[in-house]
Amino acid sequence: MSKLFMFEKPLGMRDALPGYFQTKRNVQRVINDEWESWGYLPVETPTLEYYDTVGSASAILDHQLFKLLDQQGRTLVLRPDMTAPIARVTASGLQNQHFPIRLAYHTNVFRAQQLEAGRPAEFEQLGVELIGDGTSSANGEVVSLMIEALRKTGLTTFQITVGHVGYVNALLEEVLGNDERADDLRRFLYEKNYVGYRQHVENLPLSSLDKKKLNSLLRLRGDWRTLDEAVNLVQTPAAREAVEELQEMKAVLEHYELSDYIKLDFNLFMHMSYYTGIVFESYGNNLGVPLGSGGRYDELLQQFNRPAQAVGFGLRLDLLVEALGLTGAVPSQTCILFSPERRPEAVDHARKLRETGKRVVLQDIRGVEDVDQLSDSYEDVISMIGKKKEGAAHE
Amino acid sequence: MNEWLTIAMPKGRIFEEAVQLLRKAEFPIPPEFEESRKLIVDAPEANMRFILAKPMDVPTYVEHGVADIGVAGKDTMIEEERDVYEVLDLHISACYLAVAGLPEYEKTDVNPKVASKYPNLATQYFKQQGEQVEIIKLNGSIELAPLVGLADRIVDIVSTGQTLKENGLIELETIVPITSRLIVNPVSYRLKDTVIDDLVERVAQVIGVEEQL
Repeated sequence: MSKLFMFEKPLGMRDALPGYFQTKRNVQRVINDEWESWGYLPVETPTLEYYDTVGSASAILDHQLFKLLDQQGRTLVLRPDMTAPIARVTASGLQNQHFPIRLAYHTNVFRAQQLEAGRPAEFEQLGVELIGDGTSSANGEVVSLMIEALRKTGLTTFQITVGHVGYVNALLEEVLGNDERADDLRRFLYEKNYVGYRQHVENLPLSSLDKKKLNSLLRLRGDWRTLDEAVNLVQTPAAREAVEELQEMKAVLEHYELSDYIKLDFNLFMHMSYYTGIVFESYGNNLGVPLGSGGRYDELLQQFNRPAQAVGFGLRLDLLVEALGLTGAVPSQTCILFSPERRPEAVDHARKLRETGKRVVLQDIRGVEDVDQLSDSYEDVISMIGKKKEGAAHE
Repeated sequence: MNEWLTIAMPKGRIFEEAVQLLRKAEFPIPPEFEESRKLIVDAPEANMRFILAKPMDVPTYVEHGVADIGVAGKDTMIEEERDVYEVLDLHISACYLAVAGLPEYEKTDVNPKVASKYPNLATQYFKQQGEQVEIIKLNGSIELAPLVGLADRIVDIVSTGQTLKENGLIELETIVPITSRLIVNPVSYRLKDTVIDDLVERVAQVIGVEEQL
């Protein structure tokens, strides 16, 4: 291994310099304000968790976990997402609080380092979890909140795509019966391999009608009218229930006047087993990866011994900033340039300006490398140099 | 529907065949279009822009979203494991992956070495066969490896078998059939769904697999 250059950072780690930081913080504040105005309470959890608890309960695949050992030799993970830690908190620290519980977070999460660009090992995530409410109002609320948050950031074109894991499972089980055979097809959906899916269906010992049914799933997407096709395709109770849930959610979103942001896609299949009901992802123009995702996960909480239905989502702050572009110019600042004999006057003037809400830099002239360059980087420069004259001299 | 589609394609024969398919699907792509030597060629009549890349790199362009869709061999899809939708088998440039070696090859107790352009794919395959091998990554002319004693077997694409034959190698095992696939970026798949579904349907009709859709 070659010697490190002093500027190098571990793979996948990034700095946030002032311009980037400002943009990021502006976006984050807007979103946090939105969550909080909907009554979601922010929480924080530790950076390190046990692999056997939060690590294994998390939706993030094992090989993407950032692992290390504690002094007792137990495996720890750098928190890969916030949903599992929040489930842990809900079942422990908040165990006496009645459902529903509304929590929000803004934190950095970690993924195992990967060589490829565009896959940071640490990034910030903002999200909400609505725990202990299984209603369609809850589904509609979190999806609406995602839309409102994205709108508030100033993102002009974006879309939310909604699917339903319950429907896919109902269809697969109706045609295939046992779960194992359904698992094969679920894997193809998860791997986004539709060619493989169709080839696999072709080789199954099924009637051509059933094969057609399975293949129809791949085309089950579009606007809300897709729901009618979905109803016609499968009529089992579980499938009906799933479609009804989506219909109810549509009504909720119409009440929020946000249903236009939604498209349906029954093939949205983000995880093999984690989600249990609706799932959704958000996409912004000019970015090849989803900005955020979420869904209903009614089986996670029971792993922490407090069974409850739950729905939530996370947005990736780094991707949002990329989609929005660097908009956060460092705010304008005033500089008071003083010579030592006039320091008291300069300090006093700075205090007064700061009280009016201005950002003021106090700079001793002897510490300046290049006065012209300094003048250029401030909106306003006030000179307090040399013998005191009547009144402060402006440059 | 006047949304532009950016399509990543391998240079050469696959590009020509794919453009033929698109023409048959009645996309207005100008004649002699595929003879250009530029790396980016536009077909404004069809609202399409083509990016011409190395075959192995096509899934990368599509995964990062600089291309909405792409045409990639199944071999590169297995090797690269990119997060993209594989929506259609185009049934062009058909060939298969195979293990080949010298006719006198016999399994020995010595650590078996395999040379390939596809290190991930080869590792995966031998794992499934219950054999642990050491992979030597080469970038081309793989047939050389057993001839000069760099490895005892190779994993490579076979289309007619002519290259193997001319170099005195024989096919030992067939791994998997390969064809070119239409792949789609996950975000484009959702945001440009109407244009993409239309393209997929029209192309599927041309290659006669629409009944499968």
